[in-house]
Amino acid sequence: MARRVTARRIWVSTAAAWLFGFLIFLPILWMVLTSFKTELEAFSMPPKFLLFHWTTENYVTVQERSDYLHHAVNSLLIAGGSTLIAMIIAIPAAWSMAFAPTQRTKDILLWMLSTKMMPSVGVLVPIYLIFRDFGLLDRRAGLVMILCLGNLPIVIWMLFTYFKEIPKDILEAARMDGATIGRELVYVLTPMAVPGLASTLLLNFILAWNEAFWTLNLSTSDAAPLTVFIASYSSPEGLFWAKLSAASTLAIAPIIILGWFTQRQLVRGLTFGAVK
Amino acid sequence: MKHVLGVLLGAATLLGTAPSIAQTTLTIATVNNGDMIRMQALTNEFTAKNPDISVKWVTLEENVLRQRVTTDIATKGGQFDVLTIGTYEVPIWAKKNWLVPLDNLGADYDTADLLPKIRDAVSASGKLYAAPFYGESSMVMYRTDLFEKAGLTMPEKPTWDFVIDAAKKLTDKSAGVYGICLRGKAGWGENMAFLTAMSNSFGARWFDEKWEPQFDKPEWKKTLSTYVDLMKAAGPPGASSNGFNENLALFNSGKCAMWIDATVAASFVTNPKDSRVADKVGFALAPNAGLGKNANWLWAWNLAIPAGSKKTVAAEKFIAWATSKDYTKLVASKEGWANVPPGTRTSLYQNPEYLKVAPFAKLTLASIDAADPNKPTVQPVPYVGVQYAAIPEFQGIGTAVGQQFSAALSGSSTVDAALAAAQSATEREMKRAGYIK
Repeated sequence: MARRVTARRIWVSTAAAWLFGFLIFLPILWMVLTSFKTELEAFSMPPKFLLFHWTTENYVTVQERSDYLHHAVNSLLIAGGSTLIAMIIAIPAAWSMAFAPTQRTKDILLWMLSTKMMPSVGVLVPIYLIFRDFGLLDRRAGLVMILCLGNLPIVIWMLFTYFKEIPKDILEAARMDGATIGRELVYVLTPMAVPGLASTLLLNFILAWNEAFWTLNLSTSDAAPLTVFIASYSSPEGLFWAKLSAASTLAIAPIIILGWFTQRQLVRGLTFGAVK
Repeated sequence: MKHVLGVLLGAATLLGTAPSIAQTTLTIATVNNGDMIRMQALTNEFTAKNPDISVKWVTLEENVLRQRVTTDIATKGGQFDVLTIGTYEVPIWAKKNWLVPLDNLGADYDTADLLPKIRDAVSASGKLYAAPFYGESSMVMYRTDLFEKAGLTMPEKPTWDFVIDAAKKLTDKSAGVYGICLRGKAGWGENMAFLTAMSNSFGARWFDEKWEPQFDKPEWKKTLSTYVDLMKAAGPPGASSNGFNENLALFNSGKCAMWIDATVAASFVTNPKDSRVADKVGFALAPNAGLGKNANWLWAWNLAIPAGSKKTVAAEKFIAWATSKDYTKLVASKEGWANVPPGTRTSLYQNPEYLKVAPFAKLTLASIDAADPNKPTVQPVPYVGVQYAAIPEFQGIGTAVGQQFSAALSGSSTVDAALAAAQSATEREMKRAGYIK
């Protein structure tokens, strides 16, 4: 028997969902508001919510001091490049593990994930030396490579779980019709897995965009993405909160806009296979 | 054929217009603070005089910069030509031959004009390994209006007894005013900078002459219990997470009657654009306990050249420009004397124009003079450094001890337990590093 849902229950759960959503969003909202305050108002007690002297001077200062566009283009190229390469490697890898598993598949999956279990700083010096010897320090190509390798286990895992949801019978039917592995991948599997692919792509892009350890340590100026741009406004001695907020708002704006437009795919992909 | 000729001609024209002087690009790593940002904005003045040199800036938060620069210099990555480093790093890195000695700063550089304490801090075996860009000590900043209202007069050299008594009298929790604001956030450069300087005034030391940790001695117990008791009675709530910025915000919004911290804060708290109490601030030397040492530290941000750089000549030219007397004059002409980088040159403290606009200048100089990195505390020590011990292991040990002391302040641990934990952690690390058996 289906459970009766009363109107009151709907109201309460809707209000709770909104409240929860607002709480999650509050730090971002606060950051955006702070970016329009003066440094003096940024730390005023009690804090001012909306009734303060709105100013765009922080954005002007940030523009004068740093080349936002240079960092934004680097972020776009590094996050985009690493995501694309990761997808190109991960789709066939996940396909083979989902549809042609061997006895060792589970071990391989776990082994791949185990590379994420060590803190990145543990391999900083060896990676730095390799980058130095191959001339990859402060090069976009180097960052694309390291971020691609770093995110690859997650991408393969995500795709593997999506592919597992696709009935094998459909692929067998395609094979009966004489499709090669390549055609099967491109014409049968990929269209069926679009929501999963889209959400993996987006999540990986967001992870690469926000990655701050390797991008801060392996770049200086030419290849420096937006994470370096933000780090240049943080300071343990001196109040730069309003400027830091302005820089952070500028840094996350593109990714928030992207997330806004693609939220449908993202949510669909993340809940893909949850209900059969 | 015509096309080929055209392309060749075009290429030849382009080659002809290429600059005849070979460009040297300097990559400079620096921290984010007001003085450094000002230097960045004035770089054009340097490149106009040196058209063969161009400059690229990498500005990072202090701790990120420290990790970034240390990785690069230890692996000889060669990513930077000029580094901004603190007085803690200079002696350690000079000993490891990671820095180029600055021998060619020019005839008119006037090394003798550098403040002696600061010059000592950036020299090793008589050679300058970094050029100080700005120097600081710590001192007491207090609210003159609150002192007047309470009928108190701040002496120029206050004792801890006076400071404790005044802090308790000035605390008015119902009005949100606290007698004293001090650092509580854990970290070797956070609460431990303050507490190590404070411990010097109580006669404590990190290590004895044989590198044995000294947290089990009565001097440390006196230091930590005085600090914890004072902060419980007269400090703001949640002090164990307060660092420089949090205390600056509290002081500027009128919540602290006294604040003991970096002398560089003086220009922030007296700037009406940033502070609500700008015209009500007085300054005094950091407190003492009558043992001949004040609770103040010594720090400078310096420019140095990593041994891996292939552009040492250009780098030295830049450093000589940025730390010269002329640079000070340049900043004064563009932004006023109040904004020149303080704490590095004797001549600045003899300049009447500077003394007129910087009411805190005399005390900054007196505070810097009162700190001695080679003899930081009452008893002899085997290390150099006032609020730190200049050994590579100190960052880790200092932060571990800082966490124990922060826990004692927040109430999750006791003074005795924190000291015992600090002693055993330090002993363990020093044994591992081979200083003691």
